[in-house]
Amino acid sequence: MKFTMTVSPDFSPDHIAGWYIFNTWLQKQTNEAIHLELYDSFEKQREDIEAGKINLIYANPYDASMLIRDKGFIAIAAPQNKSDEAIICVNSESDYQSVEDLKPQCNIATANDPEVSTIGMIMLEPADLSADNVNVSEHKNYVMVAKNLINQSVDAGFFLKEAYDDMSKFIKSQIRPIVTSQISVIRHTFLISPEFLASSNLEENDFRELLNEMHSDAKGLSTLKSLGFDKWENQSQEDAEFMIDLMDTLVT
Amino acid sequence: MTGVKLNYYDGSSNERVVVDEEVPFPEGKLIVSRTDTKGNITHCNQAFIEMSGFQESELIGVPHHILRHPDMPAAAFKGLWDTINTKAKWSGYVKNLRKDGKFYWVYAVVVPNIRNGELVGFASVRRKPSRTKVNECTELYKTMLAEEKS
Repeated sequence: MKFTMTVSPDFSPDHIAGWYIFNTWLQKQTNEAIHLELYDSFEKQREDIEAGKINLIYANPYDASMLIRDKGFIAIAAPQNKSDEAIICVNSESDYQSVEDLKPQCNIATANDPEVSTIGMIMLEPADLSADNVNVSEHKNYVMVAKNLINQSVDAGFFLKEAYDDMSKFIKSQIRPIVTSQISVIRHTFLISPEFLASSNLEENDFRELLNEMHSDAKGLSTLKSLGFDKWENQSQEDAEFMIDLMDTLVT
Repeated sequence: MTGVKLNYYDGSSNERVVVDEEVPFPEGKLIVSRTDTKGNITHCNQAFIEMSGFQESELIGVPHHILRHPDMPAAAFKGLWDTINTKAKWSGYVKNLRKDGKFYWVYAVVVPNIRNGELVGFASVRRKPSRTKVNECTELYKTMLAEEKS
């Protein structure tokens, strides 16, 4: 049986090759045929999830909630010391020093990333700003968000911290962070579908062990590095359930 | 600095120092804790420890009302418990009491932790509140407290 693996579309373009290398490594280790399908939009990926086409996924916390609670996916691992944080940036020449300087009807640029938008809007709350009194424009990716900040067509932009960190020095010299989240407990998670478990020659614990020990051999370690990870750490179902509970508190 | 006797919803009481000084909520952070179904703390994150002023060992296993500020009306917490005991989400603005007697305001959201259909505890996440809402709640809670005492 051939399985399909995918990655949340908010991954850094620098790591595209890394996911192909990981897929090759995974196929060798599991002796299973796994096709890697990468998407550039959340919508198309969700359509395929709905259609039952996805068996393994490195999911953002937002999608992990739906996959675990509605579709019975099983949480296996998460990258160690890597949590999903958001940054609100302004044009480096602007007068804005804190979120409280932003006023109602200000213009905010976001990428189509629900988790970052949620955390970004939470960080605007102290300034009495919400979706009801700001103008939000959605852009294809974080580079476009940065471009809109640089040409001053928006007042502020939301970034996934990892995406901001990966931006060029030239872009970063023209934008300035005013607040960074330090949430720590919200993170991308590697999930497998119940169908994969039922049809694969691996038990759940075999799969956990495979990822948890990946850093122990040289090939596994270099593959992890190409993904930008140091190692996977075990993610129990309760860890994932708790993260989903926390996500639930952020969506009000 | 004054010592105030606090009466909690579980019938217990405690004398606590109260200082009229606000500690600002840390930018970008979330204060996270979990409790069992009775409200005893089972987990708290570093931001919780830092803002409360207690050591982690002083927090685990004790009722969440260790943070209860005397300016908070009992009705606010009754509303919280009435809501979460029906397995629904509660949110509201809360003035919390630190170990050193100072206070900090939060916007709190509490969700029930349901596992296999059973309520096993609650998760609470606090974030930096809107100052406008804090000012509104300061007045509202004063009125509610006065009514409770009359």
